[in-house]
Amino acid sequence: MSDVNDKLRVIPTDKPPTGACKVVGSFEPNLAIIPEHDLCPGCGEPVAIRQMLESIEDLGHTTNAIGVVGIGCYTAFTSLMDVDLIQALHGRAPSVATGAKRMRPGNLVFTLQGDGDMVNEGLQEVIHTAARGESVTCVLLNNGVFGETGGQMTSTTVLGQRTKNSLDGRDAETHGYPILIADLISRLQGAAYVARGSVHDAKNVHKTRRLLDRAFESQMKGQGFSFVEILTMCPTGWFIPTADGPDFLNDELAAIHKIGELKRDGILVDS
Amino acid sequence: MSRNENGPRGTIVLNAERCKGCELCIPACPPRVLRMSPNRNQSGYLVPELLEGCTGCNACLMVCPDFCFEVYKFEPATKSSEGQTGAGQ
Amino acid sequence: MTRKLMEGSEAIAEACVAAGCRFFSGYPMTPFTELLEHMARRLPEEGGTCINSESELEAIGHAWGAAATGYRAATGSTGQGLSLMQESMSEITRAEIPIVIFNIARGQGDYFQATRGGGHGDYRHIVLAPATVNEAVEITQLAFHLADKWRHPVVIYGDYLLGHTAEAVDVSAVDFGTLPDKDWAVDGRLGGTGKSKNINPIGMDKGTKGIEPARFWRALLEKEKKIAVEEPRFEVEGADDADYLIVTFGTLGRFAHTAVKNLREQGYKVGIFRPVTLWPFPKDALIEAAKGKKHVAVLEQNAGQMIDDVQLSLLGSVPITGIGGMSTDPSGFGVGPILDSDLIAARAKDAFEGKDVDAGVIE
Repeated sequence: MSDVNDKLRVIPTDKPPTGACKVVGSFEPNLAIIPEHDLCPGCGEPVAIRQMLESIEDLGHTTNAIGVVGIGCYTAFTSLMDVDLIQALHGRAPSVATGAKRMRPGNLVFTLQGDGDMVNEGLQEVIHTAARGESVTCVLLNNGVFGETGGQMTSTTVLGQRTKNSLDGRDAETHGYPILIADLISRLQGAAYVARGSVHDAKNVHKTRRLLDRAFESQMKGQGFSFVEILTMCPTGWFIPTADGPDFLNDELAAIHKIGELKRDGILVDS
Repeated sequence: MSRNENGPRGTIVLNAERCKGCELCIPACPPRVLRMSPNRNQSGYLVPELLEGCTGCNACLMVCPDFCFEVYKFEPATKSSEGQTGAGQ
Repeated sequence: MTRKLMEGSEAIAEACVAAGCRFFSGYPMTPFTELLEHMARRLPEEGGTCINSESELEAIGHAWGAAATGYRAATGSTGQGLSLMQESMSEITRAEIPIVIFNIARGQGDYFQATRGGGHGDYRHIVLAPATVNEAVEITQLAFHLADKWRHPVVIYGDYLLGHTAEAVDVSAVDFGTLPDKDWAVDGRLGGTGKSKNINPIGMDKGTKGIEPARFWRALLEKEKKIAVEEPRFEVEGADDADYLIVTFGTLGRFAHTAVKNLREQGYKVGIFRPVTLWPFPKDALIEAAKGKKHVAVLEQNAGQMIDDVQLSLLGSVPITGIGGMSTDPSGFGVGPILDSDLIAARAKDAFEGKDVDAGVIE
């Protein structure tokens, strides 16, 4: 499906180039101990996690960060991420992060959770943590499915989305409506910075990085609770060809879970 | 994606063995110089190949879930007859 | 030594502070509520933190995070709240995080929950059951020490009576000896070194994919075996010359003490065996105390839970009868008719004489 001119030469890519050049991007982030992982082809989670790790490093928090990880496909990344971590139960990272930050207020404390984890099992935790204005940053990887268990519906699954337990597509009368969690959180007074990004193309990956930077900065400025939701591709859980992931995300998920900053410095952003 | 008379602006090194053939880099590349090749890695995945015209913009690296890309930008070439340097040439 | 009249909840709170506990979390529930209130008042005075958690699920989570950073942390509730905490308690035990958890229970019906490790999977945590406020003050400090010594949660089994009885207590800090550094705790400093930490309950390491479950489980089970050898605690009273033994735990110990005096006056030579650690259950000491006895009576405020451990220890070597029962008041908080040493003495006598005793419900 390429519109590339067949007369262009193929450039070998097996060795670094000779001549005057500089590296603009390294293979893996510095904070990845091992780069290999077994997540699906086309999974958006490693893309998001890379930006998060690079944000932590570039903001100077490599030796100051404590992450609390939920349970989902991304849990496998705990062996890869070179920052101090605490493994929490499904849905229960915000409370563990709260306890850690209360005792170590100088640390950058964040959670890393999926939508099934945070918005299904752990909805109470994240809401109360935000309402109390706990100085932690919750990072949500939202792909609209329970990926690790094979692709079931979560509370962020959009209407019409087919999953293993909504085979004809999510239907409002049978399954109710999705929860737009970033929007919900932004209404809580204790939430200072709330944003939703995506990783379906390079422009959005870049924007997501900025959102993460601002969320971490908000925490360290002592503004209160910060929250970054990142829409990620899950072609396996969406039952679509891998290469169709980005378009499905853009057309289906991002249409409902709208990308953008919702709250900055404690003030709702005009939409 | 026209050829730059001063030589290529950038290039990549691809760690083909890490690649899972997801093809996300293909549409992500602004000058559209990545395409899937007929080559497979040890895991059996088809891997991409690079055509002339890379600008070293990092887009492929940013969207790749498997950390397969190392991206380079060339220093502006001097106007000499041996200005055209490329990876492995 | 200055002694002050203090209600159990307050004394326990002061003991926590004396032990260096600087984090507490909880959700109000009778009869635990006062302990939360005291900690909410005291910890900020000591530079500590008390969180009013949104539910017991978050209370154990808050304490989990605080303890993972190396600070002495505690939480608690009553039996129902402990039920909610079980998943987390199981994970915390296997992640080897020291936390002290108070069950200010409504009676003694949570013995199984406490000693069988009410959550999923293979694990046990240390359980201490004080009989008096004075003992509770020492046991609370001991709990923090044992939790740190073994990197293991410790449950303190108290109850309404303990929480609401005032005794003259001295809550000075007790020194139980040196402890290893908490180099396992997370503080962020090893980030980027390749040796950063992951406090987790399944033995995941950094820098390698997958886990080696056998190695991980073996280490945990070895630790629990060591705890079972080194930490059983108990009190035995008047067993040497006795023909009969009453086995009891917690606040019922006081009532058993008076009942036994009563029985001795009636000519029955009765001793008392009181496990202080409900886990590890002091099996060897019980076997010793029960040697040569004609009958063992088990006194507990439930329909028969500790009696299982008594039977497992004595293996039919002596007749065993339950003389306790579920016993509560209309409020349901466990201040029931069984708390009567004359009644206890009468039931024990029936048991020793081979009569039937209904150990189900005492009204």
